[in-house]
Amino acid sequence: MPDLAIQTSGLVKVFGETRAVDGLDLAVPAGAVYGVLGPNGAGKTTAVRMLATLLRPDGGEATVFGHDVVREADAVRSRVSLTGQYASLDEDLTGTENLILLARLLGHRKPAARERAAELLDAFGLTDAGRRQVKTYSGGMRRRLDIAASILNTPDLLFLDEPTTGLDPRSRNQVWDIVRVVVAHGTTVLLTTQYLEEADRLAARIAVIDRGKVIAEGTPGQLKSSVGAGAVHVRLRDPGARPAAERLLAEALDASVYLEADPVALTARLTGGSTGEGRDSAAAEQAARALGRLAEAGIVVDDFSLGQPSLDEVFLALTDHRATEEAAA
Amino acid sequence: MSTTTETGTTYAPAPDALAGVLAPGVRPPRPSAWSASITFGWRAMLKIKHVPEQLFDVTAFPLMMTLMFTYLFGGALAGSPTEYLQFLLPGILTTSIVMITMYTGVEVNKDIEKGVFDRFRTLPIWRPSTLVGYLLGDLLRYVIASIVILAVGLVLGFRPQGGVTGVVGGILLVLVFSFAFSWLWTMLGLLLRSEKSVMGMSMMLLMPLTFLSNVYVDPSTMPGWLQVFVNASPITHLVSAVRSLMAGTPDMGEVTWVLVSSAALVALFGTLSMRLYNRK
Repeated sequence: MPDLAIQTSGLVKVFGETRAVDGLDLAVPAGAVYGVLGPNGAGKTTAVRMLATLLRPDGGEATVFGHDVVREADAVRSRVSLTGQYASLDEDLTGTENLILLARLLGHRKPAARERAAELLDAFGLTDAGRRQVKTYSGGMRRRLDIAASILNTPDLLFLDEPTTGLDPRSRNQVWDIVRVVVAHGTTVLLTTQYLEEADRLAARIAVIDRGKVIAEGTPGQLKSSVGAGAVHVRLRDPGARPAAERLLAEALDASVYLEADPVALTARLTGGSTGEGRDSAAAEQAARALGRLAEAGIVVDDFSLGQPSLDEVFLALTDHRATEEAAA
Repeated sequence: MSTTTETGTTYAPAPDALAGVLAPGVRPPRPSAWSASITFGWRAMLKIKHVPEQLFDVTAFPLMMTLMFTYLFGGALAGSPTEYLQFLLPGILTTSIVMITMYTGVEVNKDIEKGVFDRFRTLPIWRPSTLVGYLLGDLLRYVIASIVILAVGLVLGFRPQGGVTGVVGGILLVLVFSFAFSWLWTMLGLLLRSEKSVMGMSMMLLMPLTFLSNVYVDPSTMPGWLQVFVNASPITHLVSAVRSLMAGTPDMGEVTWVLVSSAALVALFGTLSMRLYNRK
C-alpha cells in the first residue's frame, strides 16, 4: 500500500535477555501524526531507532515508504529525520553552527546553508540565541532547535521521540504547535509519548505498546472508550458520610468505587457502556445522575470532577484485559 | 543564563513563519564523500574554537616530554643534552604525536553518549565521513604539536641535517602514520562503554608501545628478547624512518614499511570501526 509511511511486521530487537521489541506490527498512514503510547521501557525508543536505521532489527520486517530499513537504509535516511529523546545537537557548538553543519551535510552550499540556518532560527524564535553555545539553552529552546534541525530539508517522515518529556507546560505547548504546522504541511510524524493527553491532542491514530508489542490500536476516541469513560472524583464535606456516599455511587454508576487516602474523597471508575461520539455525554450524564442521588440523600459535595482515563488507567485496563483473555484461551 | 528563560518564554510559534520555512524548495544533491568529511572536520575546528583548553594536551604534554627527557637522559646517555637531542628529537616528536592520537577515541566515545551521534547516523551521507572528520580535526592538533616540539627542539639546539625538506618529510610521515593509527582508537571509542575505559585501554597499549622502542636508547643495549620486540614495533620503524629523513639520509626501506603498515592499519581498523559504527 503506497499510502503507508511505515509498515512493520513481527519486528524484534533483543538486548541480552530482554526482548525490547517483541513482534511489533505497525501500519502508519502517511500525512498525519501517529502516536506510539507506552510507559518507560515499553520499547518505544528501540522501535523508533530501528525505523530510523540506527539499530538493526533481530527479526521481522520494517519498511518506510516502501523501503526496507536494513537493505535500503540510505533511501530511508534521505526521507526521514529524527529528533531523539535527548537533544540530537552538538552542545559545544552554537545554534547557528549546528544548523549550518547539518545543512552542509544535507548538501547545501555554504551561502545557502547560512541562509537556511538564519531563516529557521528566525521562525523558531532563536535568532538571539543563535550565537550562543547550545549548552547554555533551556530545555524548550534546545527542543525547538532540535526540531528546526530536523526540518532543514523538510522530511517526509519525522520521528519525534518523547519530544515534550521534561519540558515545562509552555514549552510543551510550543512543541505541540510546531508539530501541528509540520503535519499540516504534509510531513508524517511518528510521535512517541508517555502522556495520553499528548497523544490525544496530536495524534490521528495511536498504538499502545507494552513489552515490545502493540496491545491496542485505534483513534484516541476508540482507545479511551475501550477502557471506560473515565472517573468521577468526589469530595464530601463530612467524612462520616463517606460510607453512605460509597454505596450510593456504586449503585448509581454501576461502577467500582475507591476510597482515597483523603478521608472525604472517593473515586468511581465509569464503565462507559457506549462508544464513539456519544461516549462523553454518556459519562457526564451518569455523573449528573449520581450527584443527584447524593444530593437527594442529603450528602454535601464540596468538589466534583469528571476525569478522563489517564494513561495508567488505559494501560492497566488494557493489560488486565489481555491477562483475562489469555486465561480464557 | 538569565536571558535563557526570557527567550524561552516569549516565543510563540507563528504558523505562517513556520509554514514559510517548511516550503519544500529543491533538495540539494547529497554531498560528496570528501565534502561531508571536510564538513565534519570543520566541526572539529569549531570545537577547538569553543573549547580551546583541549589544545593543552597537544602543546603542554609534548613540551614537557621533550624538556624532561632531554635533560634527564642527555648527560648520561650521550655526554650532553644537546648531543642527545639530535638523537631524541625525531623520536620524542613521533612518540608525542602517537600518544595524543588516543584522544580521538575519547572524543568519539564522548559523542556517542550524546544524541548528536544519532543525528549524524540518520543522515544520507557517506558513512565513514563522521569518523574521517574527527581524524581531519585531529590532524590539525598533530600539526600544532609537531610545530611546538620542533620549535622547542630548535631552541634547545636541535640541528637536523636534512634541512627543511627532511624535517617536513619526517613530520608528514608521522602524520600519515598517526591518521592510520587513529582508526584503532575510533574502533575502541565505538566499542568501549565509557570515556574512562577508553583512556585506560589506550594508555595500556601506548605505554609499552612507545617506551619499548628505539626512541630513548639504542636497542642494541637491550637484552636479546627485548630487542626482538623493539625491532618489530611499528614505532621503532616509524622513528627510524623519521630520523633518517630528518638526518638527510632517507631510509626508503623504513619509509615504505611505515606507508604499507599505515595502509594495513586503515584497512583493518577502518573496516572494524565502520562495522561497529553501523551496528551501534
